[in-house]
Amino acid sequence: MRLDGAILSNCAARAKTFALVAVIALGVFATLLVAAGKDPLKAYADTLLYVFGNAYGFSELLVRMIPLLLTAVAAALPARIGLINVGAEGQLYMGAWLATAGALAFRDQPAFVLLPLLTVFGFVGGGLWALISGVLRALRLVNETISTLLLNYVAPLIVSYFIFGPWRSPESSSYPQSPAFVEAARLPTFFHSRVHLGLVYALASLILYSLAMTRTRIGLDMRAIGGNPEAARRLGIPIFRFILIVMFIAGGVAGLAGMAEVAAIQGRLVSEVSPGYGFIGFLVSWLAGTSASGIVIMSFLFALISSVGDILQITQGVPFAVVNILIAVILFIVLGRQPVGRSAR
Amino acid sequence: MNPALIAGIVAGAVMSGTSLLYATLGEIVGERAGIVNLGLEGIMLIGAAIGFAATALTGSPYLGIAAAAIAGAAANLIFAYVVVSRRANQLAAGLSLMFFGIGLSALIGRPFVGALISGLPRLSVPGLAPGGIGARLLSYDSLVYLALPTALLTWWLIFRTRWGLSLRTVGESPAAAFAAGLSPELVRYQALAFAGLLGGIAGAHMSIALTLTWAEGMTAGRGFIAIALVIFAKWNPLWAIAGALLFGGAEGLQLQLQAAGADVSPFIMNMTPYLLTLLVLILWGWRRQSAAPAALGRTFVGVE
Repeated sequence: MRLDGAILSNCAARAKTFALVAVIALGVFATLLVAAGKDPLKAYADTLLYVFGNAYGFSELLVRMIPLLLTAVAAALPARIGLINVGAEGQLYMGAWLATAGALAFRDQPAFVLLPLLTVFGFVGGGLWALISGVLRALRLVNETISTLLLNYVAPLIVSYFIFGPWRSPESSSYPQSPAFVEAARLPTFFHSRVHLGLVYALASLILYSLAMTRTRIGLDMRAIGGNPEAARRLGIPIFRFILIVMFIAGGVAGLAGMAEVAAIQGRLVSEVSPGYGFIGFLVSWLAGTSASGIVIMSFLFALISSVGDILQITQGVPFAVVNILIAVILFIVLGRQPVGRSAR
Repeated sequence: MNPALIAGIVAGAVMSGTSLLYATLGEIVGERAGIVNLGLEGIMLIGAAIGFAATALTGSPYLGIAAAAIAGAAANLIFAYVVVSRRANQLAAGLSLMFFGIGLSALIGRPFVGALISGLPRLSVPGLAPGGIGARLLSYDSLVYLALPTALLTWWLIFRTRWGLSLRTVGESPAAAFAAGLSPELVRYQALAFAGLLGGIAGAHMSIALTLTWAEGMTAGRGFIAIALVIFAKWNPLWAIAGALLFGGAEGLQLQLQAAGADVSPFIMNMTPYLLTLLVLILWGWRRQSAAPAALGRTFVGVE
């Protein structure tokens, strides 16, 4: 009974903290919007009405959660061995790119061939992109933080090169994009909404991630590397191999997000596959302390915050990017609230 | 290659290298105090947007630069509060600052999309034939002419002044600095304010002197290239000059090739700065000589 009480009061304290952070952040953001001559309260109300007003609005929230969940796993997995993967954005683009290559090359195949093929292509595209940073880090040549950040800017240029060049659809002359995917290459959707197979991939990734970390030898080794690399090395854990494999898998999971965006949402490769999901995914993972359940909660919240950005753009003509202020203020408060003297990883 | 083309590349290198140099110098000072600021990209965006907006409103590019510098310093002080006083993780706080800059600059810049400004006036060396190669090579705005003195001043500040000694001590060992009676917190605040000032100017140079427009996300990762340049420069302002010219040169070459109608996709050419940065980092990593301040990126918890 005592234990129950402690858990309950802990939950209550957390909820209180959480509400406080939300109120301050929304207040600061609202002040800035008012200063810019906009109506923040209307935007907040519109968002709640849109998201929770009907089933379709809520399903759109789930759609937005999918890339956040996947890119958060892409950041959380390397974090467990002390690597900082800030490159999920670029890995997402390369997953979308290679999946498009597969969808265009094998367009006459049936769906039961194409869907697994797209999945593998998306995974490998993102995985190989992340592996570049993994190799550079394992050889102790370049720090993975800076290399993943730099490669984020290269991947969208590769995508642009292909849709402005070799893959440019002949039907659309004004707006450059690849030819549309055949119907068999489109991911199935559920419940008459845009919620797609990517959600299954995201949940499977989270479950596998959680199980691998807590229930397997691999997870134990990884935690050993993350905790004390020198001790892990002396124990005979192959750190070099772990870095490569972990970066490949992490990039692959981010690549799945890109594959799902083009194969389910867009139906073709476009120049802007993601409005920064990879970066938000990193912050989701960081705020969640790399825990699987935390990632789900934080992805939900950040999907909700992104909806505020959508609403502001549609109803009040504010650029979507402005919602980054709200994200930043929340992070600053959370970072600033941490007990002084203990640094968070 | 004809002389006009070479002159074009050199002029382009100097123009695009200038904003990189200011940003790199700022980051060097911050890192010398032991703080990695991944938010430089956001600071540059804020500088570019506020600089452009202030120039459009007041008609004076100099007021624009001043506004950008102050805004850059102010935004960096938020970062300083979080990482120095609240001892937060520097990478997470830096990325938050980047997000803040992306958002704030988009909000401020929106009403000024498509606005026309006269830009920072170019000062030519007198006596050169207008339109000639000499005039192309020696006709820059005042921020370009000030870049080299700023680099020398930063070097002097770091290596030849008492404050620079405190700065380096704090970056190498905050505990030793504390024991010597210095306040690591205060020095880090000062260093980050200075870094923000230069970061804001770097962004303003892009929008007020280089492109003469505001576009969302216009710095396109130059903040991260500047952070890589700090490693290239071995935390030394004088080497930063060479690094900025090298990277500016890559961009100048690219612009000249495009202007000359070379048959290379602009997307492939736009990758050059990032790939060149990565290549330089690989070569530097190969030699395994790190000149990084010993306490770089570590949280100083205090001495009790």
